[in-house]
Amino acid sequence: MSRLGRMTRRTFLVTSAAVAGGVAFLVRKDGQPVPNPLEPGPGETALNPWLVIDGAGVTIVTPRAEMGQGTQTTLAALVAEELDLAWEDVRVMHGPASASYYNGALLALGMPWKEYAASRWQEAAVGSTDVVARLLGLQVTGGSTAMVDGFEKMRRAGAAARIVLVQAAAARLGLAAERLRTEAGAVIAPDGTRLTYSDLAEAAAGIPPPEDPPLRPASGWKLLGRALPRTDMLAKVTGTAEFGIDVRLPCMLFATVRMNPRLGGPMHGFDAGAARAMPGVVEVLDLGTGFAVVATNTWLAFRAADTVRADWGAAPYPADSPAQMQAIAAAFEDHPNATLRDDGDMADSTGNEISAEYAVPYLAHACMEPMNAAARLDGERLDVWCGTQAPMLVRDHCAAALGLKGADVAVHTTFLGGGFGRRGETDFAVIAARVAAALPGRAVQVTWTREEDMRHDFYRPAALARLRGRVAGGRVTGLEARIAAPSITRQMMRRIAGFAPPGPDKTLLEGAFDQPYAIPNFRVAFIECFLDELAQAAGRDPLELRLELVRPEHAPSAAVLEAVAEMSGWGTPLPEGRARGIAFCHSFGTPTAEVVELVQTDAGIRIARVFVACDPGTALDPGILEAQMTSGALFGLSAAVMGEITFAGGIAGQGNFPDYDALRMNTAPQVAVNILQSGGIGGAGEVATPPAAPALANALFALTGRRARRLPLVHDFAFAL
Amino acid sequence: MAVTLTVNGAEHALDLPREMPLLWALRDALGLTGTKFGCGIAACGACTVLVEGQAARACVLAIGDVWGPVTTIEGLGRPEALAPLQRAWIAHQVAQCGYCQPGQILQAASLLAETPAPTDADIDAAMSGNLCRCGTYGRIRAAIHTAAREMAEG
Ligand code: FES
Ligand code: FES
Repeated sequence: MSRLGRMTRRTFLVTSAAVAGGVAFLVRKDGQPVPNPLEPGPGETALNPWLVIDGAGVTIVTPRAEMGQGTQTTLAALVAEELDLAWEDVRVMHGPASASYYNGALLALGMPWKEYAASRWQEAAVGSTDVVARLLGLQVTGGSTAMVDGFEKMRRAGAAARIVLVQAAAARLGLAAERLRTEAGAVIAPDGTRLTYSDLAEAAAGIPPPEDPPLRPASGWKLLGRALPRTDMLAKVTGTAEFGIDVRLPCMLFATVRMNPRLGGPMHGFDAGAARAMPGVVEVLDLGTGFAVVATNTWLAFRAADTVRADWGAAPYPADSPAQMQAIAAAFEDHPNATLRDDGDMADSTGNEISAEYAVPYLAHACMEPMNAAARLDGERLDVWCGTQAPMLVRDHCAAALGLKGADVAVHTTFLGGGFGRRGETDFAVIAARVAAALPGRAVQVTWTREEDMRHDFYRPAALARLRGRVAGGRVTGLEARIAAPSITRQMMRRIAGFAPPGPDKTLLEGAFDQPYAIPNFRVAFIECFLDELAQAAGRDPLELRLELVRPEHAPSAAVLEAVAEMSGWGTPLPEGRARGIAFCHSFGTPTAEVVELVQTDAGIRIARVFVACDPGTALDPGILEAQMTSGALFGLSAAVMGEITFAGGIAGQGNFPDYDALRMNTAPQVAVNILQSGGIGGAGEVATPPAAPALANALFALTGRRARRLPLVHDFAFAL
Repeated sequence: MAVTLTVNGAEHALDLPREMPLLWALRDALGLTGTKFGCGIAACGACTVLVEGQAARACVLAIGDVWGPVTTIEGLGRPEALAPLQRAWIAHQVAQCGYCQPGQILQAASLLAETPAPTDADIDAAMSGNLCRCGTYGRIRAAIHTAAREMAEG
């Protein structure tokens, strides 16, 4: 009981928000992105850490990891657009691949390594404070996404490089720079003389780049605004793309890890006698709260690990799902510790009051590629190979675990077989570093089984929401939302300051979770579902009510609602056994509206079609955006229909895809996407995920007359799966 | 006792236990990492290869039980000599994270070998064992239809 007793203010984030007078809830007042506090400092664009020129041409170093979202392609296109590169010649790589290599290469272009490292670190830190801003401000709007961040920076990098390359050519040819033009990776003189960027790079490095190079207007773009062939596509369809799990090094050993499945619990001891006796097993290592088996191949490591008998200690949190939900519910008794928006008092509003409680479960990320990393310790130097969303944190956490300096660690970022935030953690890399430290000079790859991956996730937290609303005369006059969920203090501190211990967090309910993604989603899901309940109480059409709330606040948001209504034929009658639901969300700077259309079949309910309308401001690559919207919607629908991590005896009950599945070819809906462009740049990565669940829930009500108030929906509705 | 495997046309004598799954023999012994590990229990399709042209889950197929020549994604086509399915995958820009795609492509190859002009229902039936957490199903479907047409035209 004392443990439960401690879970009050510190361990739960209880948000409360109330508005009165029919004010729209979801749209930021001024519609502006949160200003990025990290303005490029003097000289930062000029330093230009984003491209490397060698004898073979230009390589664009992308600051963001490619985990499927196409970010490398679009970031490279931003540079290539200003630099005049032929798209088929563009090469990209994740930076930094090797500290020493880049040191030299960046120095050649006048880019001190330290500046580059510092700016990466600041970006990571800014990303975190922005999370705080997002939690404490009403808005879901982030502003800290790859394109928001890179839109100016990457183009300036290209433009500044182009100017110094032209100046270098002008000096060599004895001509005025104005008489030269650039095309396909070369500077061209009036007489047709062609000097490639490779020829000019060394001389250009000696010329101070302009502080504020002019950028081309969108009307002059040749690459941006088009669906470009992705830079990673050929490798990904030929099996030649290197993911973390594919790294192969000379004399490499293969390992696996088993940590206490009661997250953060201790290991009192283990018996590895049988494992050690298996031919091909090299080592069984004590990792404190778990063990690693090192062998000559991964399968052998898995098999040997199965024979180890470990004495696991208890979980430092309520061991079963009902007790966990109870602890969350108990947090409602406490005062809110964050007030998101308070524009009035519910008590002042008039009309009929309705209320509802919603519940969502813990969710796993379940990246297609299980967690893994490879590492090798040579003397004082550590090399780490992995797919990571946070290379600087990997570097620092691995260094801390081994007592090394950050400068002694080189992180080699591979492709990511899915990230979804999970690969923003560093546990998999730190484990590999610790295993490698026990076998100096040997490269070791540590691959987790699917079960280890699913049972040692940083789960999106479960949450409860209590909503109250009032309607009078067909209008919403008041709305109050209270949300209780495990707090994120620990995780936030670790991300910002980097000092919390590496490895899984100590307790499940103290915040080892992906909350930055979660809370906005919760709010959207809960409020968007509740809005439909209010609409029904007010006798209004759900779309019409949303438009009425949104229109006076933010025109682009109203436009996406109108667009999705038109695409989906909202308001037109459907045949018997079909129904639609709508939801809307303004997240990461991009208003997105979705309509889900369901059909009742003999086998159960099928999600037949999904319509997405979004406004990311500027469609830098419509092909990638379409893929992102589809992907985001399906991710949200999968989670809503069947995603759930439950706990029994402190251990997650789901270990592999049969227990934690997703939509598949035969169950996934057709998705139609319409991209509006009202100017500026919004995010794309996750924006289609938040509206998916509420649109589905609202469609289920339209189809069955029953409200969906808890996820996953399979518990209350019969789907054809 | 050595196990002999023919992979992408090359014969290998492997000094490995007969019960070792083909997946790990390919990845850890032969260095053919295009075949992916996703679940280890035949539940996701990431490890799909062709055995005698037919899709098989390499994570649960012991090397001692492999009944014919094996084709992995590296053997289906190469970057400079793509198979029709790979060309169609590029034309439709299918891959996102890409991790599931070698398995998807080989599953599709198996489908087209049996059913050269598949309907959407055929595609649903053949491909539903291949999970894609990035949700690329719509483009996979379109790419299969495109490849089927190209292969029919020869
Ligand atoms: S790894 Fe073989 S089916 Fe998933
Ligand atoms: S492309 Fe990422 S899992 Fe399919």
